Amino acid sequence: MKKFETLSSRVVPLPIENIDTDQIIPARFLKATTRDGFGDNLFRDWRYEADNQPKADFVLNNPIYNGKILVAGKNFGCGSSREHAAWAIQDYGFDVVISSFFADIFKGNALNNGVLPIQVPDDFLEKIFDVVFTNPNAELIVDLEAQTVTIPTTGDQYIFEINPYKKSCLINGYDDIDYILSQKDLIEEFEQNR
Amino acid sequence: MGKTLVEKIWDAHVVKRQEGFPDILYIDTHLIHEVTSPQAFDGLRKRGLPVLRPQQTVATADHNVPTLNQHLPIKEELSRYQVDMLTKNCAEFGIELYGLGHPYQGIVHVIGPELGITLPGKTMVCGDSHTSTHGAFGAIAFGIGTSQVEQVFATQCLLQQKPKTMKIEVNGELEKGVGAKDIILYIIAKISAAGGTGYFIEYAGSAIRSLSMEARMTICNMSIEMGARGGLIAPDQITFDYVNGREFAPKGEEWERSLAYWKTLYSDDDAEFDSVLTFDAADIQPMITYGTNPGMGMGITEHIPTTVAQPESERPSYQKALDYMGFQDGEAVIGKPIDYVFIGSCTNSRIEDLREVAAFVQGKQKASNVEVWIVPGSKQVEAQAKLEGIDKVFEAAGFQLREPGCSACLGMNEDKIPAGKYCVSTSNRNFEGRQGPNARTMLVSPLTAAAAAVTGKIVDVRELLEA
Ligand code: SF4
Repeated sequence: MKKFETLSSRVVPLPIENIDTDQIIPARFLKATTRDGFGDNLFRDWRYEADNQPKADFVLNNPIYNGKILVAGKNFGCGSSREHAAWAIQDYGFDVVISSFFADIFKGNALNNGVLPIQVPDDFLEKIFDVVFTNPNAELIVDLEAQTVTIPTTGDQYIFEINPYKKSCLINGYDDIDYILSQKDLIEEFEQNR
Repeated sequence: MGKTLVEKIWDAHVVKRQEGFPDILYIDTHLIHEVTSPQAFDGLRKRGLPVLRPQQTVATADHNVPTLNQHLPIKEELSRYQVDMLTKNCAEFGIELYGLGHPYQGIVHVIGPELGITLPGKTMVCGDSHTSTHGAFGAIAFGIGTSQVEQVFATQCLLQQKPKTMKIEVNGELEKGVGAKDIILYIIAKISAAGGTGYFIEYAGSAIRSLSMEARMTICNMSIEMGARGGLIAPDQITFDYVNGREFAPKGEEWERSLAYWKTLYSDDDAEFDSVLTFDAADIQPMITYGTNPGMGMGITEHIPTTVAQPESERPSYQKALDYMGFQDGEAVIGKPIDYVFIGSCTNSRIEDLREVAAFVQGKQKASNVEVWIVPGSKQVEAQAKLEGIDKVFEAAGFQLREPGCSACLGMNEDKIPAGKYCVSTSNRNFEGRQGPNARTMLVSPLTAAAAAVTGKIVDVRELLEA
């Protein structure tokens, strides 16, 4: 997993609530047996017509908006546990997803793939949308070490929460398997004592 | 202070607990299927690791299989490749596979319970969100992502934060024609598609206690549709009777020992839940969804809530959902014609569901404007249905009895609902495109689906039941 560093980036706004993983990556694209290439089908049915023509009114097809941060409405990533959703988001080029609420499994999947999900209060989310819709070139600054997300144009800042273990994994590029395997003696002891 | 059921099972499986870290939780049983496992096997190969406990892992092919002519090779190339890959991976890593053609094949959440693999007190995971189904037995069971599938392969453990607990009590008696599916659709409509996020839910109360195991599985299955990690029900005599004698259930002395332990699996009287909700069974009528998340449900005789009645920030999403469904603010759904009926999925494809539908349909015919697919959850359910002559009832009614698999629950295999068509479905998700691009899904109970099948429209099944 690559290491997460401080990020300044423009933003792609998607002010829709309850975006489920079937929208992020529809089931018919889950037939691949590797982790690569899912970004092409990210938000497939919102992004393309049935004949594969891009839908002009969808934000990913709008050249005005660009960046490594996706900002979406409440309850992002609900529904199916498919990790393909996190792969699609990462593969497309997003490093951060900001929402006022995340579904549990998606949040875990994102963290396991080096994508940082940041939960912010509703009014902070609204502020981001306001700023970006007024000025699509506005940037956000995400500092994982300090756990802050900042809107430089307004000076607003929010300190977000993240599990300290997950934070150190992201910063150092470790993963869970390395950690658990370092405790293998304990696993065997547990099995023997049952 | 006493412990909740979740805490009892959780604490019995903690390998290591350390401040600031998630728990290392031991996993008793790992279920896998073709869609969420290939990348995890690949990861193992890259790390040069084996599956640590292959005998605690069970595989089946369900999501991507056709439900007609299963004896022939799968036509669609990518699906075939994925299913073949599972076969190859299971052989390489020493995992038991109940693949296509095996008498135990079926939807992963149907076969675990019917084979006696799902047991009270276990921790179980699967790369599939509806793993919560197994909680009906008093197990901690939840869905995981593919990285975690790899984690369990490599370590038989998972790093997990201990969840918060919620108790949902449903008391009283259900009206005739109202069942488990209506209970859970009602709860989700009440607390929303995100109302259970972060929680493990224990279902309790007299209405839950009186349910069969199949019905309890329907309830626990849909816990994830309110965002919960999982749902469970304390095991009791109904549970023990269901488990006893099943293929992989403990036998003889081991049975007695297990039973003694299982009887300790309940939430203590003084246990504290982080949240408690109570509902009255008598308030529940047959339910139906009208929107594009399972929280958008209502009693079948009610009218679709208006957009202005929604909180302001949610109105655009709400309007988008109604537009997708082709519905208007304030409309009734009763009497609306439909195109497809799908009775299947890990929510409602067990033998009890098929029996209930068959008993209702006996001597009736499907309406000419609908196509009806009945998809049993497993080879064993299919065999049992044939043994009981249920297949003949469906045939006479003009229903199509297909072979086991996830089928039209998700638009992945060949079974898709065409764009714009209405499908009354016993599955668990009504997301945009879930049953095929632009398909319109309305979630209901098997009985309400059967009523739609014979009338060709949305009807209140209570009016069709003899007193
Ligand atoms: S039947 Fe549907 S919900 Fe159940 S495991 Fe299959 S795809 Fe998932």
